[in-house]
Amino acid sequence: MNKKYLTEHVMHVIFLVCGFVTIGCVLAISLYMIISGIPAIKEIGIVNFLFGTKWASTAADPSYGILPFILSSICGTLGACVLGIPLGILMAVFLSKMANNKVAGIVRPAVELLAGIPSVVYGLIGMTVLVPFIRKTFGLTNGTGLLAVIIVLTVMILPSIISLAETALSSVPPEYEEASLALGATKMETVFKVSIPAAKSGIAAGVVLGVGRAIGEAMAVMMVAGNVPNMPSLFNSVTLLTTAIAKEMSYASGLQRQALYSIGLVLYVFIIIINLVLNVALKRGNKK
Amino acid sequence: MRMNLRKVLALVLCAALIFALGVGCSSSSNSSDTAADTTASETADAAAETTENEAVAESTEAVELSGTISTNGSTSMEKVIAALIESFTIYNPNVTITYDATGSGTGITAVTEGSTDIGLSSRNLKDAEAEAGLTATVIALDGIAIIVNTANTVTDLTIEQIAGLFTGEITNWSEVGGEDMPVAVIGREAGSGTRDGFESIVGVEDTCAYDQELTSTGAVVVAVASNEYAIGYASLSSVDDSVVSVDVEGVACTEETVLDGSYAIQRPFIMVTNDNAEQSEAVQAFLAYCTSSEVADIIANAGAVSTAQ
Repeated sequence: MNKKYLTEHVMHVIFLVCGFVTIGCVLAISLYMIISGIPAIKEIGIVNFLFGTKWASTAADPSYGILPFILSSICGTLGACVLGIPLGILMAVFLSKMANNKVAGIVRPAVELLAGIPSVVYGLIGMTVLVPFIRKTFGLTNGTGLLAVIIVLTVMILPSIISLAETALSSVPPEYEEASLALGATKMETVFKVSIPAAKSGIAAGVVLGVGRAIGEAMAVMMVAGNVPNMPSLFNSVTLLTTAIAKEMSYASGLQRQALYSIGLVLYVFIIIINLVLNVALKRGNKK
Repeated sequence: MRMNLRKVLALVLCAALIFALGVGCSSSSNSSDTAADTTASETADAAAETTENEAVAESTEAVELSGTISTNGSTSMEKVIAALIESFTIYNPNVTITYDATGSGTGITAVTEGSTDIGLSSRNLKDAEAEAGLTATVIALDGIAIIVNTANTVTDLTIEQIAGLFTGEITNWSEVGGEDMPVAVIGREAGSGTRDGFESIVGVEDTCAYDQELTSTGAVVVAVASNEYAIGYASLSSVDDSVVSVDVEGVACTEETVLDGSYAIQRPFIMVTNDNAEQSEAVQAFLAYCTSSEVADIIANAGAVSTAQ
């Protein structure tokens, strides 16, 4: 009896510790980001930092404005969502409602494989195939830019959206759909008015994951974005928040280095805001 | 079971598809990979050779060196210094050499303040710095080649034309004697030693209008090779057949022209020591080693032009 009680107690402590490891990590990272990100913002001035349009960190007269990075990040992520979310949801509908077992058996592992491809491979293909293709198709001097970023990010966020949306769609109780069909609705009406609304929370979870991946991706983006701190434009080189850090970190020193930490802090705050907003929207959606 | 077989088949098909894609894509980057490979193996060979030579010399001297040497400075010199440190410590195993990649300015400040033994700089000492009691020893020269796509007909540019192309004043290749096509300017990221070297020599600091900023010399070469409008810069040693290195002021960028000083876009790699500080035996030995003719191959394989010949 005593022994059993002891085991229970020990296991309880182990679980508690495991739980605290995660919280500890989050707290430590948040604290570190804030401590190392604040000094540069203070020195540069928060308005100059967030709304300055010129980034020239190594110039004789340096200026540290990250508005181009913020806007490019937002545009890139939005663009990837606009393309990726409908594509992903329709793909999930196809997999769970339309495709027969044979086709689904081929497409599903392909989607899973797509999720496993390292981002540097996406970047490599983007750099050697997509960028020259964009340059030739649109008659540009240079193919890097937001268009290339959006296309690469779209492909990268598809797997998480598809797999979560498909799981959600497949777990919609068949009675709902049968009832809809029995009432005379067509298959399309059933999918769009019954299945997708019923699977809403699962689809939204996939979208959250996808957005997170899109805004946080650095490697693949760095290889196709061109990395010049321009204002966002489809056919001109851009720098995103993530690539701004990755690009300069290896050589940075002094205020430049601190400013890179501040960019990290801005990115971190961004992701927290996106998660909060989406979570609130999700909960509200579920209550209805 | 049947389902499993089908899954396996699908996986194999996907793998085949991706493999085919990979083969298609890798063809353009192959050349640079092989170049890197050969350089690496050559460095190893050269290191091995010098070790043998040195082993003979060392046995006659029979001096056991020990201690630590700290070096601090130029990021551009990283490859050269790493190779020198590696080969030096092979037969001086009791000596530890550290290298902080901070930048030429920081390295010179550090050696002035005495916080490091040897400062590394990829620019010449300013007069004020030399007067403060610093001695500069040139160990190598670095030539920066101006590269264009193989389809480009331009073969010779003046410094002025290069400055114009990079700052965006010249936007069409026809203005410098090429075909009627736009110019795509490709360079390195802010903070890169090659970018700093190029911009300060050509006189275009902070005024370059880049279309792309890439984070490695290899990436610049690949980008220039895949874009017929492109112009870029890269260390002499990184230039391969996939791009064309243009003449600057009528002088081709080769080891000989860098050495005799006729090629304009070059800079020295120097080791800076403080005359006021006492140097340990290990530091003196390392300095002597770095300027000896034995290290010529090591320096060449690390991408710079050795001055000791």
